[in-house]
Amino acid sequence: MHSFDPLNVTRRQFLGKASLGIGSAALASLLNPRLFAASSTSGSPLPHFAPKAKRVIWLTQAGAPSQLETFDYKPGLAAMFDKDMPASVRGDQRLTGFTSGQGRLPIAPSVYKFSQHGQSGMWLSELLPHTAKLADEICVIRSMHTEAINHDPAMTLIQTGHMNGGRPSFGAWVSYGLGTMNENLPSFVAMVSRPSGKTNAQPLHERMWGSGFLPAKYQGVRFNSGKDPVLFLNDPPGVTSARRRAMLDDLGELNRITLDDYQDPETQNRIDQFEMAFRMQASVPELSDISHEPEKVFEAYGPESKKPGSFAANCILARRLAERGVRFIQLYHRGWDQHDNLPSQIKSQCYDTDQPSAALLMELKERGLLEDTLVIWGGEFGRTVFSQGKLTADNYGRDHHPRCFSIWMAGAGIKRGHVLGETDEFSYNIITDPVHIHDLNATALHLLGIDHTRLTHRFQGRDFRLTDVHGHVIGKILA
Amino acid sequence: MLAMILAKGEKAVSYNNDIRPILSDNCFACHGFDPETREAGLRLDTFEGATADNDGVAAVVPGDVRNSALWARINSADPDEVMPPPKTHKTISEEQKLKLRRWIEQGAPYEKHWSYVSPAASALPAVKQTDWPRNPIDHFVLSQLDEKGLKPTPEASKEALIRRVTLDLTGLPPTLSEIDAFLADTSPDAYEKIVDRLLASPHYGERMAVDWLDAARYADTNGFQVDRDREIWAWRDWVIGAFNRNLPFDQFTIEQLAGDLLPNPTIDQIIATGFNRNTMLNEEGAIDPEEFLNEYASDRAETTVAVWLAQTLNCCRCHDHKYDPLTARDFYSMKAFFNNVPELGAGNYGASIRVNSPPQIKLPAPEIEAEIAKLRAEILQLENASAEAAKAPQDQSASTLVWTTLAPTALQSASGAALTIQPDGAVLASGENPAQETYTLTAPVTLGTISAIRVEALPDDSLPARGPGRAVNGNFVMTDVRMAVNPSAAAVRPVAFNAAVAAFSQEQFPVAHAIDADQSSGWAILPELGKPHAAVFALDAPITVEPGSTVHVTLSFHSPHANHQLGRFRLSLTDAPSAATTIVNQLASTNSQAADQIAALKKKIGELELSIPTTLVMAEMPQPRPTFILTRGAFNQPAEKVEPATPAVLPPMAADLPRNRLGLAKWLVSPENPLTARVTVNRFWQQVFGYGLVKTSEDFGSQGDSPSHPELLDWLATDFSTKGWDVKRLMKLMVTSATYRQGAAFTAELIETDPENRLLARSGRNRLMGEFIRDQALAVSGLLADKLGGPPVKPYHPPGIYEQLTGGGTTDTYVPGAGEDLFRRSLYTYWKRSVPHPAMLSFGTPFREVCSIQRPRSNTPLQALNLMNDPTYVEASRFLAVRMMESSADVPQRLAFGFRAALARVPRPAEMTILERAHQRALADFRADPEAAKALLAVGTKPADPKYDAAELAALASVAGTILCMDETVTKP
Repeated sequence: MHSFDPLNVTRRQFLGKASLGIGSAALASLLNPRLFAASSTSGSPLPHFAPKAKRVIWLTQAGAPSQLETFDYKPGLAAMFDKDMPASVRGDQRLTGFTSGQGRLPIAPSVYKFSQHGQSGMWLSELLPHTAKLADEICVIRSMHTEAINHDPAMTLIQTGHMNGGRPSFGAWVSYGLGTMNENLPSFVAMVSRPSGKTNAQPLHERMWGSGFLPAKYQGVRFNSGKDPVLFLNDPPGVTSARRRAMLDDLGELNRITLDDYQDPETQNRIDQFEMAFRMQASVPELSDISHEPEKVFEAYGPESKKPGSFAANCILARRLAERGVRFIQLYHRGWDQHDNLPSQIKSQCYDTDQPSAALLMELKERGLLEDTLVIWGGEFGRTVFSQGKLTADNYGRDHHPRCFSIWMAGAGIKRGHVLGETDEFSYNIITDPVHIHDLNATALHLLGIDHTRLTHRFQGRDFRLTDVHGHVIGKILA
Repeated sequence: MLAMILAKGEKAVSYNNDIRPILSDNCFACHGFDPETREAGLRLDTFEGATADNDGVAAVVPGDVRNSALWARINSADPDEVMPPPKTHKTISEEQKLKLRRWIEQGAPYEKHWSYVSPAASALPAVKQTDWPRNPIDHFVLSQLDEKGLKPTPEASKEALIRRVTLDLTGLPPTLSEIDAFLADTSPDAYEKIVDRLLASPHYGERMAVDWLDAARYADTNGFQVDRDREIWAWRDWVIGAFNRNLPFDQFTIEQLAGDLLPNPTIDQIIATGFNRNTMLNEEGAIDPEEFLNEYASDRAETTVAVWLAQTLNCCRCHDHKYDPLTARDFYSMKAFFNNVPELGAGNYGASIRVNSPPQIKLPAPEIEAEIAKLRAEILQLENASAEAAKAPQDQSASTLVWTTLAPTALQSASGAALTIQPDGAVLASGENPAQETYTLTAPVTLGTISAIRVEALPDDSLPARGPGRAVNGNFVMTDVRMAVNPSAAAVRPVAFNAAVAAFSQEQFPVAHAIDADQSSGWAILPELGKPHAAVFALDAPITVEPGSTVHVTLSFHSPHANHQLGRFRLSLTDAPSAATTIVNQLASTNSQAADQIAALKKKIGELELSIPTTLVMAEMPQPRPTFILTRGAFNQPAEKVEPATPAVLPPMAADLPRNRLGLAKWLVSPENPLTARVTVNRFWQQVFGYGLVKTSEDFGSQGDSPSHPELLDWLATDFSTKGWDVKRLMKLMVTSATYRQGAAFTAELIETDPENRLLARSGRNRLMGEFIRDQALAVSGLLADKLGGPPVKPYHPPGIYEQLTGGGTTDTYVPGAGEDLFRRSLYTYWKRSVPHPAMLSFGTPFREVCSIQRPRSNTPLQALNLMNDPTYVEASRFLAVRMMESSADVPQRLAFGFRAALARVPRPAEMTILERAHQRALADFRADPEAAKALLAVGTKPADPKYDAAELAALASVAGTILCMDETVTKP
């Protein structure tokens, strides 16, 4: 019923010998999870070369933020208000059913102003005042592109390297490849926040942080804002931590009798998983209780940061996870799907995300974590320069646009105060330095010390990888 | 190790066993089957290719290693010369090189890939320990153990055996009385009797179904982003029933793939076709229906090939296969079998959640049908009475409008659909049926003034579901109605409407949408299909028409819902003064008591109709959709057209088989097919033994693993397919073998030489699947609800997950069920693809978005947290404690009872010591803290009898909880 897990073999052989020869006390000390990283499967030890980044914090903006109101300044559009976008710009590009039926494609310039920031003179929108203060820390890529034009395939592509489900997510690949740095916490944590304003919040799937065809132990563990930060973390009413400890001691003794009976390495593994569960019962509440953070931290992350489950609160948690050695931390903020009422909705989205993202970056820097943490901020595709639905002087919507979008990266090994790529005057087509999703993923793996062509897993007779058969490391953004 | 291989190497090297895996892994990606990626014109997957002269050099010169370029290249020290090239990160080991050398020396013979050669049953091999084998399986297993110098493990204890086989065949633990009976039965066939009893249990079908549901990607929602509910649980129940009545696997195949195409199919045979409606359905706004029609049909081809043939044909969506002799043409030819379903590309997000996407059927619901018939009769009675009343002379103001039917002189469809005028003045559309449509009609006006136009939407037998629309479900969405009158060609006068009325409009599709500014919103009539409808559009003010004028009417169908145009319709005009007022009055006047009653009855009928369960099924369109090879898999880049056909590398379909799903199904189970029987017995073997004889049960291609026991696989496959595809017989053969009945303990030797148990020198010891861990806890606690089948249920679920992840709306909150719904077997748990039950997910269930043949296995701390803290297990512990309490007044006996209920054996002294100590501590603890005891006992929804002492029950419950978490409890013994 189960596919063969090469990691298990290593462990089985290893533990098999150990449990028969060494005894379980010595065994426990050998159970360093790092031993079980994927070195035996990809044919070459991991990391493949010295990593720049020890961990990744991915601030996923789900729903696709408009580049035109944030990072891709197009001053020439102001003079083209309500003019038809030239057909030649669009070429044979697909439109979604939202706008394919509308008679005109009227140009909608950003209602928000841009100005230059930092020593690099980076153009950023007035919606991002806090990010703007860190212009010299971040590297903006204005030339991202993808094939997918609908949310689900696009998000799946960015997370797993393929538009159809069934493959492991980025974080799962990294857990599989590099193992964990903290035995008390999962190596891959995902957190989801809903928008504070009234916007279109696209649904998310558990598969976004799933392990696909890799074993379930590599799947992302979702942290919640409720009383159970991790599902089933809390002991039931009436069971104190002392009672749980005593129960686990009994259970461990019973299981060790089974281990003696069957000599099955899986039994030892199960004993260890129960012990890790117990450690998580202590470490996760400590980690997720941000109430003891000093007031100035909440001030830095903004007014939403005291609301549990907000993007701002999750950013504080992201820093705490990073401090504790969690390797892959992924935040999802929903609500960026501005088909209509874009000016008001995007303002609300930026209110939710700008200050906390900047505060997180600042804190990582102050604590010396930014130098070995890779931070990525962005969505799954861009939005159209033309208005979806009615265009007025102060209101419009924008449809999905896969041909270009903007993200930023910062931290370990990334150029600071840098802009890569340029789009045409309509922010419609990329003119220089196109960066595909696969290139972004290849680069992120590269910074983690992984050659994206060599982190593979055999499934259905094929050596699968995160970047499918594509991907080039983006040399131009590496410091 | 190496010495052994060399010693073996003196024998002839086998291309299939020794050489193909090396070439496939290292060479075929660039020198294989796919001409697009073939480097230097060299192919190494055929003898002809490998030995072809290439500028005076041949890769392989049979018998002559020195002159074989392959040998030189794999041994080259020059990074530009060496093969495989360093950039591939692939290397050929010295051991593999020796094999290649020996193979070339032996003449480089090629063989057809083993799985494409029909299986043949060989004679049972001789074994040393002749009293060990219980059936043919054991001969094959033991002869290989003999060869390796290994001995089988002695038979497992009776307790272990009954627990193992009961879990394997029913997914539930044996009851204590079943264990006692088995222990007391000393007859030689005691074990066989147990097996026969289990195979006859209705729980057998439930156990067998779970793996099949993974393969068939069964779920209770549509998947993709929106992921709303669907109804197809009747198919799931069909699967359970089919296993229980032991439907032969060939028939099981035919009914699921093509039950609808059988002559006079039964409703069960049609329900069975749900197998291939388990594909996902995208309801996201503004998607391209063509893109997803391609996804659905492709998924069916991929799944069918993976399940029956274990070929990775999915690789051929974009290009010819890199490793196996499968082409993109093969892929699209297979897709053509599944491309004729009258289904929606884009799901109908506007439809009620209770409306399944077509094609679907209603399940038999005689009581509801009778109720509906009764209500219909009442309506008829009321209508007749009203009609009688209407005949009486009436007050003028309530008079009905007089309508003049238009007689069009010109008819036009923007898509080129054929529009023909019917005897009753209606227009019927046929032929082209595009995603969007516009009809334009011109007709002379015979009236002096026009105050309103009426559009009648009429049923017709030629239309799907009798219409009136041309969508697969018979609906339409009329997005726009325009009218212009021209006295002369030069002076077209558009008219404006100010009111729209219809007796019936679909929810969210009011008739007013047909005259609003939004070009994509419109009037629709679901679920009132197959019936006449009418809408009246009144002018702002009546207009005067000069004699000889013509009227131009444009009806648009531009909604996101594809093919939603009218199929049969009739246009009429009226000159009644102030038509708008009259219409409103008329509606008001018909708003009489009778009309109210009729409306109420119709509403009730609508509700009743929606309460009849439906299930998704397959169907064929009268005219097949053309299927094309898609360039690089892109749905909008069709190349050559293809016809339905099976992969060319396999034996062809018999000439007399129809080229449709039925022909395909019969071909799959035909004696010539070398794969189906092998693939099937291998999957059942995997279910029982943990791994298949071919470990890559999803891939029998050249990158898949070779069988560990090839002769056994072929023997089983031949036996299976020639003895009636009898699944219960196969299961019995496996679980009564001596191989299966071995003990499960590892030895130092086996850990060293065979850690994965490929040689089967012991029984597999695998963690139970998540479903059966929960089912077992419910069973041993006595909570399990013993009901078979039915709609999905919602057991306990942590709060807040749906709210955090889903889009918002009625299906986006998880409301746990009540009563027995909380305690049903796990395979009945509502399966939402975007958010599967988190407990199951932590045990490694797939998402059920695509076909899954094996579940990857791992152990995680989340599983431990689930077993310790999920209310399911806390409540089960409490009820197991009640059983322990009831079993005896003696504490040690109570503890032993609970232990035995879960593990089927009595605790040994060392275990008893731990249990007693745990119990004493817990009892003292809860006595000292009675509030804690009460709190623990309050978890869950089913109250325990208050007669029990809280501290005593809580202490037993905490020991029971420990037992339910034990490694041995969650593992097959």
